[in-house]
Amino acid sequence: MKAPINRILPYSFVDGPGNRAAVFVQGCNIHCLYCHNPETQNLCRNCGACVETCPVSALSLVNGKVRWNKEVCVRCDTCIRVCSHRASPKVEVMEAKEVMAEIRKSYPYIRGITVSGGECSLYPEFLKELFTYAKQDGLTTLMDSNGTTDFSGYPKLMEVSDGVMLDVKSWKDETYEKLTGGRNDIVKSNLVYLAKTGKLEEVRIVTLPDYVDAFEVVDGIAETLGAEMIEDLLLKLIRFRRFGVRGELKDHASPDSDYMSKLEEHAKEKGFQNTVIL
Amino acid sequence: MPNNPVYEAITSRHLNYHQKLNNLWIAAENTLDVLEESDKWRYYYNGGGLCDMNEGNAPYRPRYVQVNFEKFVKQGSRFLKIDPPKDLDELLWSLEILYNYIPSITGKPVFLGNIDKLIDPFIVNMSDEEVLPKLERFLGYINRVIANAYSHANMGPEATRAGELILQLEEKLQLECPNLTLRYDPDITPDDFAEKAIRCSIRCGNPAIANHKAHKDTFRDGYGISSCYNILPLGGGFYTLSRIVLPRLAKMAKDRDDFLNNVLPDACEVLNEYMNSRVRFLVEKSGFFDTDFLVTEGLVSRDHFIGMYGIAGLCDCVNYLCAEKGYRYGHDEEADDLADQIMSIVEKKVNELPALYSEYSGGHFMLHAQAGLATDVGVTSGVRIIVGDEPENLLDHFNHSCRFHRFFTSGCSDIFPVDVTAERNPASLLDIVKGAFAKGDKYCAFYGADGDMVRITGYLVKKSDLEKYDSSEVVLQDNVINGSSNYKLNRLKDRKVRSV
Repeated sequence: MKAPINRILPYSFVDGPGNRAAVFVQGCNIHCLYCHNPETQNLCRNCGACVETCPVSALSLVNGKVRWNKEVCVRCDTCIRVCSHRASPKVEVMEAKEVMAEIRKSYPYIRGITVSGGECSLYPEFLKELFTYAKQDGLTTLMDSNGTTDFSGYPKLMEVSDGVMLDVKSWKDETYEKLTGGRNDIVKSNLVYLAKTGKLEEVRIVTLPDYVDAFEVVDGIAETLGAEMIEDLLLKLIRFRRFGVRGELKDHASPDSDYMSKLEEHAKEKGFQNTVIL
Repeated sequence: MPNNPVYEAITSRHLNYHQKLNNLWIAAENTLDVLEESDKWRYYYNGGGLCDMNEGNAPYRPRYVQVNFEKFVKQGSRFLKIDPPKDLDELLWSLEILYNYIPSITGKPVFLGNIDKLIDPFIVNMSDEEVLPKLERFLGYINRVIANAYSHANMGPEATRAGELILQLEEKLQLECPNLTLRYDPDITPDDFAEKAIRCSIRCGNPAIANHKAHKDTFRDGYGISSCYNILPLGGGFYTLSRIVLPRLAKMAKDRDDFLNNVLPDACEVLNEYMNSRVRFLVEKSGFFDTDFLVTEGLVSRDHFIGMYGIAGLCDCVNYLCAEKGYRYGHDEEADDLADQIMSIVEKKVNELPALYSEYSGGHFMLHAQAGLATDVGVTSGVRIIVGDEPENLLDHFNHSCRFHRFFTSGCSDIFPVDVTAERNPASLLDIVKGAFAKGDKYCAFYGADGDMVRITGYLVKKSDLEKYDSSEVVLQDNVINGSSNYKLNRLKDRKVRSV
């Protein structure tokens, strides 16, 4: 199976437990106002706007398609900045086994892989194949997901996946829709399904006080999952940061430390014992 | 009296009392001329290709001594009038006294023992609250009285309560001295303890991590780690360390073939002969092994000493020899293959050449990746990749290290400044260490790139102390002097900071 791949990090300290290779797929089904890598949201539509701006001529238009010469590319990201379509010409459509071959270059230094994006759950068959190879090699397999794909519909994928790092972006459905353009009900049902099947690796809330009531999100998760489940569940409280963000939030301030510690304190009161502020 | 080292030491406004004394006794030793030095030695020495590490003209004590502290704790010392310690206070007091009588090239003890295991049996019936202030004063004594970051304490591979408390204090006290290494074995050291040690190193520079599996079989009666990662027999030590300065030796050759076929093998022999003359004088003339109480009371024994055959600047040498083609050590296969060839030549020679009084190491000297002198210019530590040209991918860097660490039995290491975000996930660095050690890497050290602490060749200094010393203040810690020039000459602030 193939998937469009934005990039593969040979090692990452920030994509799950231990040292992991991280695969970023291209394409997302929602568009969060605070997305910090909006260039991963869409597939290139071959408009060619980036081609002429490339300072080293690493891009060309061949038979109506944008071609990227990665040997020449100097990774200046000019193409990403000029793209009005929230896409990138530096995407390779790769077979799961090709991705696996890249990951194997990181042996014996990694304990697992994490697939992020974009939104990885848009490519469940690709993930299933990749994770199957990874499992054969003794790696752990995680998804970093917005939770808008119903995971219960992919039991074979879940068999070879060790868990999902799930974004719970808002508790109110209207807020969710305003923030992302997507639907929140699947996220909530995934929260329950993943917790019940032991596949909820961590839950993340991006804090943006003027837009999202993070306290309400904490309460919602706590009530839905119950005290026993949340005690050891890793809850990441992530400060909104404007880096990489486009649109109305591009100059928005981050919440201050006082807000973050109050939120963490609130989470602890609700029963989350394993929290971290990022 | 310009250029007179005695006068300069006496009138210095930049050295403290002990640092002046140190310079004075070096000057006194250097008034003698007792070593047999061949014309060839002088030729290579004057050309810079061989180096005596400024060890002095008349060795009167081994370069480094590694006392068997476990034995000392069992038997005490007649000479020092110390009975075997019965409680923690007596143990720490005994060690503090003994430390002052352990000789070395620095004038201070370079090996302080496996302190976690020495202390652990004495705290069984004590609470953390009782133990911590005592350990804090003990570490404070080492830091203020020894005040020399070549002085090295070891811990592990087992996790102990004493080890946990020491890590806790290291973070709190931010000590550049003692230097500290965790001897790590994934089959023995629990992950959570190793992760604590790594997080501690990001926050305060200590401890470094040694590959216990790779070293334990080299040293049949145990080993210890001294100074800038010299790995030595316990209850012994090493007589001397001299070194081949590869880039300077390469410049003494007509061309690459002359270097590989003539100059390098010849210099290997000359260095070996010179080291033997140092060992001979030390063992036969100085009297150290006949009279020092450490020997007569069995805390060290002559047959547990070795000689360290140092290699420095492999990177600069290879880059020099490949300059025309533009290949770089650590990046191009051709350069790394040449480096491998150079090391294989040295290894073969050293394993053939006879070393005096070296029965412990099979009658030969042991190879050591020498980490540098304060005055080195254009000589990268041991077999490390030159600062500023480290591979982008940290895993490529470790793969490279694994390939070249294999030549060295008595110490070879790398140093990595890491972004502080890594402290949130020390397990990630531990995964890398596990992989590297399984693949043959022998030693590595991490430190937080943004902190006050910086690792120089293998010892720690505080950047704030470097600033004080550079603005002509007198400083307590001896290593600030060497650290000041090394930090600048080797552009250590430009080391690649590792993150994500």
